[in-house]
Amino acid sequence: MKARVHVMLKNGVLDPQGEAIRHALGSMGFDGVEGVRQGKVIELDLADGTSEEQVAQMCERLLANTVIESYRIEM
Amino acid sequence: MKAAVIVFPGSNCDRDLAGAFKAAGLETTMVWHKDATLPEGVDIVGVPGGFSYGDYLRSGAIAAQSPICRAVADHAVRGGYVLGICNGFQVLTEMQLLPGALMRNQRIKYICRTVPLIVGEADSVFTAGYEAGQRIEIPIAHHDGNYTADQVTLAKLRGEGRVAFTYAENPNGSHHDIAGIVSENGRVLGMMPHPERAADPVLGNTDGRALFAGLVDALATA
Repeated sequence: MKARVHVMLKNGVLDPQGEAIRHALGSMGFDGVEGVRQGKVIELDLADGTSEEQVAQMCERLLANTVIESYRIEM
Repeated sequence: MKAAVIVFPGSNCDRDLAGAFKAAGLETTMVWHKDATLPEGVDIVGVPGGFSYGDYLRSGAIAAQSPICRAVADHAVRGGYVLGICNGFQVLTEMQLLPGALMRNQRIKYICRTVPLIVGEADSVFTAGYEAGQRIEIPIAHHDGNYTADQVTLAKLRGEGRVAFTYAENPNGSHHDIAGIVSENGRVLGMMPHPERAADPVLGNTDGRALFAGLVDALATA
């Protein structure tokens, strides 16, 4: 089974990389890009029976830094 | 007095830090990250700069889970001294020994230059060799040095006098110009600038030497 973890900077935390992407898109002529947030996707290959609770523990302890990041789990 | 310097795969300031500890008079041992214990009788643990684990996932995140870091956390809980510089500061925040996080620099560039710092009012052995408000010049070399914490944490750090160093001219977007903070008991310091690179006259700058000298003096009288 697979799980996919989406890690994003929390709302309100300035994302310098997202801002750089927004500027680049603007200078390429893509109008109307009002905001860009960059995050990461982590795919996990898991033994059958691994619970979402266990994946949440992985997020809390390693995959996300919950001081600045939020995460979402897709099982 | 004994110091230990932790070595992770990708550490590159470990020998410089050990050199600064030795020059200050500390008997210094290098400790590999897979070791589960610190040498007997260690007073101060140095967590050096570099790119532990290639900065994979987040700077300091994987190093913070290494076996030796459990021993470092135990050492801190027992009231031991810990000094984390640059990547070491990132590791200490990932271990949650210090609050907040070090994000990508505001202008996204890696910055390597000497910057002016202002010594804070922290009541700490690490700043005992300086005067509060003193201006010193210390090199920085980082990509992820943008100190970030929520407003409650920032107010707490300020209110409790736990800001050890601020940037005189903020180079990286750090909240409240923070360059270094100490733990509640003042015995764990994390800072992005590199005092160990400014502790030998041969390198043209000795402004960092008072940090190590102050630490050794305080340990001697403790």
